[in-house]
Amino acid sequence: MNLRPAILSLGPALVLSLAGPARAAGPLNVVTTTEDLAAIAREVGGDKIKVESLSRGYQDPHFVEAKPSFIFKLNNADLLIAVGRELEIGWLPPLITQSRNSKVQPGGAGYLDASLNCRILEIPVGQITRAMGDVHPAGNPHYWLDPENGKRIAQAIEGKLTALSPDSAAYFSQREEDFERRVNEGLKRWLAVMAPYKGTKVVTYHRSWPNFAERFGLDVIGYVEPRPGIPPSPSHTLELIKEMKRLNVKIILVEPYFDLKTPNSIARETGAKVLVMPPSVGGEKEITDYIKLFDYDVNLLVTTFKSLGLK
Amino acid sequence: MPSFDRTLRLLLLSSVLLTTPAWAQTPPEPTPSPTPSPEPPAPPPPVEVPPGAAGAGGPSGPLPVYGPASSKVFNPDIAVIGDFLGAIGKNDSDRATPSLEMHETEASFQAIVDPYARADFFLVFARDEGGVEEGFITFTSLPANLLLKVGKMRASFGKVNQMHNHVMPWTERPLVTQNLVGGEEGISDAGLSLSRLFPNELLFLEATAEVYRGVSPELFRAPKRGDLTYVGRLRGYRDITESSNLDFGGSFAQGHNDAAPEFKTRLFGADLAFRWRPLRRAIYKRLILRTELVWSRREQEGGPVRAFGTYVSGEYQFARRWFGGVRLDRSERAGDASLVDKGASALLTYWPSEFSQVRGQYRHTRYAEGLRANELLFQFLFSIGAHGAHTF
Repeated sequence: MNLRPAILSLGPALVLSLAGPARAAGPLNVVTTTEDLAAIAREVGGDKIKVESLSRGYQDPHFVEAKPSFIFKLNNADLLIAVGRELEIGWLPPLITQSRNSKVQPGGAGYLDASLNCRILEIPVGQITRAMGDVHPAGNPHYWLDPENGKRIAQAIEGKLTALSPDSAAYFSQREEDFERRVNEGLKRWLAVMAPYKGTKVVTYHRSWPNFAERFGLDVIGYVEPRPGIPPSPSHTLELIKEMKRLNVKIILVEPYFDLKTPNSIARETGAKVLVMPPSVGGEKEITDYIKLFDYDVNLLVTTFKSLGLK
Repeated sequence: MPSFDRTLRLLLLSSVLLTTPAWAQTPPEPTPSPTPSPEPPAPPPPVEVPPGAAGAGGPSGPLPVYGPASSKVFNPDIAVIGDFLGAIGKNDSDRATPSLEMHETEASFQAIVDPYARADFFLVFARDEGGVEEGFITFTSLPANLLLKVGKMRASFGKVNQMHNHVMPWTERPLVTQNLVGGEEGISDAGLSLSRLFPNELLFLEATAEVYRGVSPELFRAPKRGDLTYVGRLRGYRDITESSNLDFGGSFAQGHNDAAPEFKTRLFGADLAFRWRPLRRAIYKRLILRTELVWSRREQEGGPVRAFGTYVSGEYQFARRWFGGVRLDRSERAGDASLVDKGASALLTYWPSEFSQVRGQYRHTRYAEGLRANELLFQFLFSIGAHGAHTF
């Protein structure tokens, strides 16, 4: 009789029977897929929660690597907040499956799709195919870039945190209201400085900005990508240059994770200016919270508009 | 091995027992939808099985009837992946691949089963044969950081054995897989896989124990019911920086081989991968260096044969759609370690989009018999349907 194989193959399994240490009570562990959601959760949860984002603000949230270290983070989470609308479809599902955490499974008590109450744009109607590029069938997932949606996300997070930690309901509610108040103040400020430039035509790299453009009155007339997720092609770039010249477009907005080669060459042809505009908290060092994200982006736009002498 | 069988039974029993609390939990409450959805259409009336009807004797009473439209939302995510392979050049060995072939068509069906589990099916049609490459249920709500998979699976032995053809960075599997780990099919069998996470501050640590029926073509066969295959794996992972990390593991597998009923083959494996991918330019640049080492001990007439094989591979993404790569192969043969196959490959892969790939591989092989092969292999991979996730 040879026990060696049994020990070798089942040794790890025998260790399994030693159950892991019980989780220490304390602040709720919240994991978010993006830094924007983490920032809003922090506003609502204060010191009653510990928040961690899986992706960084300067990273393309469509293409995050499903690193095993993320499995640990989900394993320990009381709440997982996702952007939804299939933004994370390429990397989040296997992490959730391997998390060994029933709370954060879709539909579980600790899973929140932050998009459910938000205003979602570009929900495709009619037949959609991948010939249109990497379209999101449930609508554009970059909805957090409208501060009105930021408030809705905060409300949804407050609801979830209250359900998970009813004793702190008043605390969460007070913090949520305070956040909404500051967003409203900010909105007034941002809308006021953007008002003179309402209808300014811009080109963006990816379709990241429909909610932002709608709220702040930008007119997105084209994209550097010929189709969502498809890298720039020479023929599309030529058409875009023609269109930009025709409409006298002077601004190209580029997310920090895209290559600047094509935008720069378009800018040379058209005399437009390339702005690297972060769509997320953490996209630049000084953007440490949700309100600073709009402070930064609006300020960047207005400064550029002024320097270009736009009206 | 009576005591070993007992250990195994105890383990399985304890794993079943451990699951009980999860099953006893009330299902998690569903997330409330923002707007009340319209009332679903009334389900069709249940069908009564008349007592004494033909085939009665089983449970009588209402049978579930599937409504024509209401069930569609629960259809699994479906995708189909085509893998077309071609070869140009000279290869006189019996392992030469055809000039042109639809190497494989894989259909996947994936969905959440209930609050406690999800299921994944991968049906594969290759040449004129169809089969289940994998089909398993994963219990996601077990206590004690356990994950249980039940069904037909690719075993957790090393890295390549767990990969489907279309996720490999090459057009074919390394020589060590072909010589020592069961070829393209690999260790793939019906069984149970139980794995556990060991949360700690230092590194990601996961232990997996698996038991299979004992039949993997080209590698294991089970003349008797008790001739099971056992697989164990310990996997570690650690982030070095936010852009780079190390992934490493050790594996073990044992089963009965085809030499004679009492003869066994035992495999040990070690794998190591280094990845670099700068977050700000994650869609343009990455580097992956990986290696696997496999030691085989095969019992057969005339005494056990110890054979060793390995590959070293590097892949570099130098533009959004372009990957280059190299792979070096060296492997002894399981039945005769004096026969050594060697190979070297250079690869270039182009991604028109996330859903298709075109790959070329120049491969030079020196087979143990003295044959030399110089080939250009090319591959078209294309995927339709649900957007799959990329495993790490």
